[in-house]
Amino acid sequence: MGERGKMQLVRISKRDDVTRAKANMIRFIAVLAALLASALLILFMKRNPIEVYASLLKGAFGTPSKVRGTIVEAIPMIITSLGIAVAFKMKFWNIGAEGQIIMGAFAASYFGLNFPDMPMPLLLLIMAVAGIIGGGLWALIPGFFKAYIGANETLFTLMLNYIAYKWVAYLQYGPWKDPDAKGFPLIKKFSRNGIIPEVLGVHAGWIVAVILVVIMYIFMRYTKKGYEISVIGESENTARYAGMNVKWVILSSVFISGALCGLAGMIQVSGVNQRLTLEVAGGIGYTSIITTWLGRLSAPAIAIVSVLFAALVQGGQYIQAAFQIPKSAAQILQGMILFFVLGSEFFIQYKIYFTNTIKNKKKGDM
Amino acid sequence: MESGLVLFLTQVIRAGTPLLFATLGETITERAGNTNLGVEGMMLMGAVIGFKVGLATSNPALAILGAIAAGVLGSLIYAFLTVTLRANQVVSGLSLTIFGTGFAGFVGKEIASKPVPASIKSFFAPVKIPIIGDIPFIGPILFNQDVFIYAGYILIIASGIYLYKTRLGLNLRAVGENPGAADAAGVKVSLNKYVHILMGGALCGLGGAYMSLVYVGAWKENITAGKGWIAVALVIFATWNPYKVIAGSYFFGGLDIIGFRLQKFNISISQNIIDMLPYTATIVVLIIALRKSKENAPPQALGNAYFREER
Repeated sequence: MGERGKMQLVRISKRDDVTRAKANMIRFIAVLAALLASALLILFMKRNPIEVYASLLKGAFGTPSKVRGTIVEAIPMIITSLGIAVAFKMKFWNIGAEGQIIMGAFAASYFGLNFPDMPMPLLLLIMAVAGIIGGGLWALIPGFFKAYIGANETLFTLMLNYIAYKWVAYLQYGPWKDPDAKGFPLIKKFSRNGIIPEVLGVHAGWIVAVILVVIMYIFMRYTKKGYEISVIGESENTARYAGMNVKWVILSSVFISGALCGLAGMIQVSGVNQRLTLEVAGGIGYTSIITTWLGRLSAPAIAIVSVLFAALVQGGQYIQAAFQIPKSAAQILQGMILFFVLGSEFFIQYKIYFTNTIKNKKKGDM
Repeated sequence: MESGLVLFLTQVIRAGTPLLFATLGETITERAGNTNLGVEGMMLMGAVIGFKVGLATSNPALAILGAIAAGVLGSLIYAFLTVTLRANQVVSGLSLTIFGTGFAGFVGKEIASKPVPASIKSFFAPVKIPIIGDIPFIGPILFNQDVFIYAGYILIIASGIYLYKTRLGLNLRAVGENPGAADAAGVKVSLNKYVHILMGGALCGLGGAYMSLVYVGAWKENITAGKGWIAVALVIFATWNPYKVIAGSYFFGGLDIIGFRLQKFNISISQNIIDMLPYTATIVVLIIALRKSKENAPPQALGNAYFREER
């Protein structure tokens, strides 16, 4: 039956008395429930879920080198998520991070390939700036059409992902193909100067990530711009009545959003792959949407969630080898966690009363 | 008779058919006030389950039913989250796509590169419709196709009639435009949303099944290659009107295969650049479909959860 039938047994009302701690508790329970539901799925695959989860942890944190691997996975996720968070806060649904990473990597690679003899600090700086601008401009295209004519940014940003991907494919198989690669479609590796050096065993991108978490936390929370972004997210009209330059705020924050993703692309291409490849983004742009959402758009929470998701990815590769569980299982797990956490928001925002009447009581009696 | 153009247009119809099903499905879903961004995920689920059932049973009807069930299952998760639990529609849809992609990759692991059984292949072979199939030009293009494509024509017309000419269709439109008013008039809002989200899921599942069972004739990872997303954009292009879904779907079907045709003419454009065409065209659609007239506007309550107590 429709609403009416249900309302007799269960009544729902909005509540705003939930403490932060209690809300986080509910979310935590949701993640546990997702793990439990996924355990059933693993059982269904005739594997032992406890064993699988244990190896997942072992694969992610078992040895120092695995921990380093998890951190390397987490770096681009954190930076990309911080970027997505800026857009999401404004309710600009930027799902184009994947493409912005790719274009940032492309712009950085242009300088990395053409100026191999430049001193390392200068070259890396130029590559980083190129990545920031490349990703930022790629995001600015949909941002522009959103601000001026209200074009749907969700689809726009997504389509640009495919185009960015095809663009790199074009370069890799065409003009940028390395003639020395014995016919393999590969783009030339950067010179040593174009590769981010390691600090404490992990490429220095982690330092950038840590700094950015702090900066973005302050930016979103304590600056005028951060405040304007959240006001526009709540209501564009309110922002306009308050005298904000809505278009300018949209454009600049979309640029920042894409710029961070582009920087993540530069860090990936220089610190990890050391050459531009089609796999430079490798789904990070999509995973980061999840981490952004689960981190409730808050920088510190995003950092934590990103590390956990990186562990999931890193550990997922391990269980794939150890249990022959396909990589897609990790994707299912991600989806499950999302479903449960999304569902749990309901219990944070609404109160449910179960009326003890069974059938014949009328609505007014409650 | 079979000139090059006729052959090309025949293939355009085939290439556009997965889009037609998915776009129609999303149109119906959005008419109920819900944007389901899980189309890609549901198509993949339908594609893999339809193919798996087909492979196991060699029965085309069961394969189709399997695909429908998979699409419905996916959309049921979405409906429960967004209608019952009032979760954010954008994120719920994205999650469904992530889940569906993983699900399809997982289930499809052992069936990759296996060909479709002969019984199913022959069931979905082109059949000429008597009399109208003989009309020059139009006949071979439109009426010498497989049953799946004919089902598409019928579904489009049926949806158009349902939406614009029936009481139930009126209720549906009311729910999408103004759920509060619909509720006050005695229309069951949640039930309506559920039914039409599930219908949308079923159609997306079918669109996916066309890819694996007929169009490609095999399962491969990420077989839909973004078609689900293009379908979401086509809904805007078709201004939430089932009849206009036809034009959009076939146009994009054409873009999908035009690169292949261009190669024949020795046009030296990289395949990768040509592959950008459908995506670029989708963006163009997003921009030009914005001419705001009342008739072409999206359902007014699109994207908002309905909560009676907040009315």
